Amino acid sequence: MLTINQYVKASSLEEAYELNQKRSNVVLGGMLWLKMQKRNVGTAIDLSGLGLDTIEETESEFRIGAMVTLRQMELHKGLNDLTQGAARESVRHIVGVQFRNMATVGGSVFGRYGFSDVLTFLMAAGAEVELYKRGRLSVEEFAYLPYDNDILTYVIVPKRPVRAAYLSQRNTKTDFPVLACCVTEIEREIRCVVGARPMKAVCLRDEKGLLVEGITEESAEKFGAYVSETVETSSNLRGSAQYRKIIAGVLAKRALLQIAGEGEKKEKEQEGRN
Amino acid sequence: MQIQILLNEKKVTAQIAPDMLLIDFLREQGCNSVKRGCDTSNCGLCTVFVDDKPVLSCSLLAARADGHRVITLEGLQEEAEGFGAYIADEGAEQCGFCNPGLMMNGIAMFRENPDPTDEEIKEYLAGNLCRCSGYEGQLRGIRAYINYKKSQAEGGKI
Repeated sequence: MLTINQYVKASSLEEAYELNQKRSNVVLGGMLWLKMQKRNVGTAIDLSGLGLDTIEETESEFRIGAMVTLRQMELHKGLNDLTQGAARESVRHIVGVQFRNMATVGGSVFGRYGFSDVLTFLMAAGAEVELYKRGRLSVEEFAYLPYDNDILTYVIVPKRPVRAAYLSQRNTKTDFPVLACCVTEIEREIRCVVGARPMKAVCLRDEKGLLVEGITEESAEKFGAYVSETVETSSNLRGSAQYRKIIAGVLAKRALLQIAGEGEKKEKEQEGRN
Repeated sequence: MQIQILLNEKKVTAQIAPDMLLIDFLREQGCNSVKRGCDTSNCGLCTVFVDDKPVLSCSLLAARADGHRVITLEGLQEEAEGFGAYIADEGAEQCGFCNPGLMMNGIAMFRENPDPTDEEIKEYLAGNLCRCSGYEGQLRGIRAYINYKKSQAEGGKI
């Protein structure tokens, strides 16, 4: 059971940061995962009064405030247009609308959970996090840093042209994924992020040059086999490590073919315009 | 600590513990439609609206609702009666325990999307669990209610 001795709605990031230096204190995201823990919290620090609940769009990026909910991300037109709906696809299976109206992007990313759909998508999208003290760094780097007492303020998705596809395998609707896979192509680099392994998401690249000639049924099959061989997975009640390795290869291949299809569609649209 | 909530359009001021959950606060205020089904943020039975958005009151601190507008099924009687009658007509539920959550989230869905497809209905209501049924009766009831609302909008023709 979770107990909380004191609740503070922080009036500034500095106040939140100072409060967060004490070990027994904790920053609240949506509080959905925290609530499931057996824990005595000294001070619960609420960031919801700091204006971190919007997705700001600039010329070069989307700045997702830490308190933006998964539902906001799901419905955000700009972010979904950029990623061909991968943002929406990465969250729409998470429990239900009510849950997604509460769970925050900041909480999901800061937690770096081994089951996280959100981390998987953002890592593949080449996103960065902004921490109050440390500043900006890639989600890929942040995912593997030790937990500290900094405050995550924004998650930033760059507005570079991207082809993206998000797929997940679930034993039943609304459950945690057995495995998640997001494939993107950004500036000619293919990223294949495998999440819910069930370990922190990991980014695989085309190190063997299997896709240099383009994405075809054959090259996608080879890359899928490479993902299956390479990715480290683990077992839990949702699936075995071996099963997950096979699924990783299948989802990687399907996601690759999906983005190749998107590419063809865009080329045809371009031709149509010319 | 003291909080003030606009609960079903009435101002309520109360002293609460920092870790009191909104569900417990609401039940103390007499909103007994708000119930715990799972206590793991999965079943949707405790759904209420905070600033018009459906949320799980079992997972929200009452302190976080301070200064916000909270609506429970008690505050939506008219809408719930109309919609509920269609669910009942289909004999959709057996025990009925999950009904308040379904009513709340169904109403939230109609407000967001008045004419959803079956797929959209299933997706929007995926977070409302019913352990008696296979959701077919609820889906028929929802469709029938949507058709009724459409016919009303078209001047009462069915």
